[in-house]
Amino acid sequence: MRLPLSRLLAGLGAGFLACAAHAADVQIAVAANFTAPIKEIAAEFEKDTGHKVIASFGPTGGFYTQIKNGAPFEVFFAADDTTPEKLEKEGDTVAGSRWTYAVGKLVLWSATPGYVDDKGEVLKKNEFKHLSIGNPKTAPYGLAGIQAMEKLGLAEAIKPKLVEGSNITQAYQFVATGNAELGFVALSQVYKDGKITGGSAWIVPAELYEPIKQDAVILSKGKDNPAAKALADYLKGPKAIAVIKAYGYDL
Amino acid sequence: MDAALEPALAQQAGGERAIRARFRVDYAGFTLDVDLTLPGHGVTALFGHSGSGKTTCLRCVAGLERAQHGRLEINGELWQDTASGVFLPTHKRPLGYVFQEASLFPHLSVRRNLEYGMRRAGALEDRQAWEQAMELLGIGHLLERMPDRLSGGERQRVGIARALLTRPRLLLMDEPLAALDLKRKSEILPYLERLHDELDIPVLYVSHSPDEVARLADHVVLLDQGKVVARGPLVDTLARLDLPTAFTEDAGVVIESVVAEHDDGYHLTRLDFPGGNVMVARRPEALGRKLRFRVHARDVSLAVARLEGSTITNLLPVLVTDVADADTPAHVLVRLDAEGTPLLARITRRSADQLRVGVGRRMWAQIKTVALLG
Amino acid sequence: MPLTGLDLSAIWLTLELATLTTVLLLLIGTPISWWLARTRSRLKGPVGAVVALPLVLPPTVIGFYLLVTMGPNGPIGHVTQSLGLGVLPFTFAGLVVGSVFYSMPFVVQPLQNAFEAIGDRPLEVAATLRASPWDRFFTVVLPLARPGFITATVLGFAHTVGEFGVVLMIGGNIPDKTRTVSVQIFDHVEAMEYAQAHWLAGGMVVFSFFVLLALYSSRRFKPALG
Repeated sequence: MRLPLSRLLAGLGAGFLACAAHAADVQIAVAANFTAPIKEIAAEFEKDTGHKVIASFGPTGGFYTQIKNGAPFEVFFAADDTTPEKLEKEGDTVAGSRWTYAVGKLVLWSATPGYVDDKGEVLKKNEFKHLSIGNPKTAPYGLAGIQAMEKLGLAEAIKPKLVEGSNITQAYQFVATGNAELGFVALSQVYKDGKITGGSAWIVPAELYEPIKQDAVILSKGKDNPAAKALADYLKGPKAIAVIKAYGYDL
Repeated sequence: MDAALEPALAQQAGGERAIRARFRVDYAGFTLDVDLTLPGHGVTALFGHSGSGKTTCLRCVAGLERAQHGRLEINGELWQDTASGVFLPTHKRPLGYVFQEASLFPHLSVRRNLEYGMRRAGALEDRQAWEQAMELLGIGHLLERMPDRLSGGERQRVGIARALLTRPRLLLMDEPLAALDLKRKSEILPYLERLHDELDIPVLYVSHSPDEVARLADHVVLLDQGKVVARGPLVDTLARLDLPTAFTEDAGVVIESVVAEHDDGYHLTRLDFPGGNVMVARRPEALGRKLRFRVHARDVSLAVARLEGSTITNLLPVLVTDVADADTPAHVLVRLDAEGTPLLARITRRSADQLRVGVGRRMWAQIKTVALLG
Repeated sequence: MPLTGLDLSAIWLTLELATLTTVLLLLIGTPISWWLARTRSRLKGPVGAVVALPLVLPPTVIGFYLLVTMGPNGPIGHVTQSLGLGVLPFTFAGLVVGSVFYSMPFVVQPLQNAFEAIGDRPLEVAATLRASPWDRFFTVVLPLARPGFITATVLGFAHTVGEFGVVLMIGGNIPDKTRTVSVQIFDHVEAMEYAQAHWLAGGMVVFSFFVLLALYSSRRFKPALG
């Protein structure tokens, strides 16, 4: 049997398109603090839908610059709510697609067991040499830490002892290596399955800082990708929410 | 000890004037193994082909090369003795070293190059030595120049002055002319001859050039493959027949003569030496001046009787003292004695047989040309 | 005024850091380069490789290990603590130590090349002129290696000014202590303060260009020993 070549190619092309409609790739940009939960959720999502998630992890400000300069991301999970809002105003998103996927909890943490008490008295005693914090200009958890210290009236006293990580991951690293005795980090970094994974911690009461709303948004590049929409829906479902809470986020 | 060296090693006030050197150096594929006693004055040439070990030997004397086994005594001072663990580092040895390339410091002017060694030898105030070096080597007009503005010959003269101005008790020269072209060589040779005449410190002079050695040396050490093959006063050593073939290609003798007579009518000069005389083209030197000349063995022929009616003028009565193989099977080397002055003749084996040249035979030697040195 | 007080203090701090680092590197790097240029030891290869490591390792690796080793539980941290110096991360001294290590190859390699180019002969000449080993080093080697020293100084200084990853990882971004220009630029970019980022970043580009221009146009090839 002889098939004309053009018909053969047309058939093959149609086949590929059909496949793509069922299972597509989605490229996402994820704030560093959400690395572990999104990996877990993405694995479930891929199993349930057949779509494939390609994730990049990094600082929210960095992603903003990349997105403005044509980066191929389709969904953006930011560490704050202002950056997605800004992108939305600037017309780089799918209108109406922005939602809060997690609310971060701030924790004062030390790698040394027993160092941080459950009332945060360690801050008032002020006997440490270095307190690590994310850069408050760029990291929402860093800003939250500053707000908490201000509410407690300790900001001026502690300021000379602050060491800044460029992001919350680095702030965690300074504490984890013992170079800073304690630091303000995201609960999600030191929390797994309902408890603190090591060291000692004080979960900072929510009234001491503005809520750390982490917003996500579908970007213009993901407008026609069904997998982008599917992932956004999946994150709002019960399976994903269970994972998010298990990592110490509120919703 | 060589009988020939006895006078050279005469005891002097303040100690024995002699250089005693024993070195053994092993490299992959090369061994230097020498045991030398050299006169403590005059110019001693270390003579040999490249790879013979002469430069290594000189570097051992300077301490630039550390012989695994060695002992070095310079006019009574011990500089090295591996047996007792003595090793004077180079900078503590009162010597002057002239390298093949002048190796002036490129960042210093000629004056600062000269002062570099003087200052460290505590000789900076020695105006007399300074003036003498300027005059001896003719470098007074170069003092403010940088080394890269000097010709090769000028550089080498500065290098020699720099070494001399450290008040050395031993001067080492490693082929100081080898890097120069013929013109530069002839520019600098007269300076070296003046050094020879005016310095009263021993000089070790490394060279592979028979002409340089013949002009400058009083004593000669022949080195071959790291071993000493002959040594002694220049005139005697060069006239020996038992040297390795490598040295016979250019065989010849050096004769010390005195300017005895000028014949202005014929434009000739007569040079006298023990055992005869030669006539050469008119020389500028005054009567009584000493003059060295070299006679190549290939320029000497032999006759059984004094030839009359020949144009050859320089005829000497000689006694055949030895006959040996030359560098080719077609030739023999004949050692002659002209009443105390040794001569070598290189003649064909056929002629030797026809004329029955043999030890004890009295003959006439004809000297076709002489190479005047200086 | 496009530059804030914080920007100016970052510039000043960076210049201080680069100057101190360069001086220390010349003091430490000279004997190391000399040894590398002259030795026949079997250790030459390993030592040369260690010195060159920062050329190939990403700054994050160096920064991470410096953070761990200089921290209170690391070997360097133990030493500095027992000497009563405390720990080095988050201090200016810590940045200097990190920079010295990070910029070392940029000083050692030009010096080593310069020393190797001199060769044995000038040293032998000086020895026969009664110069002791130290004397030879100061009066012959140093002047002859001058172009190498100029290159080493410029590269060491410029590279320290441009260093980012190590400072970010061990500095803690403390104004007047560890916040250098490169970190300040990073902060401006992260905070989307592009105008200020431009002023500093553009300044760095101009600075680096003129440093390299000066280096390349002043480089003369000295004739070999005359």
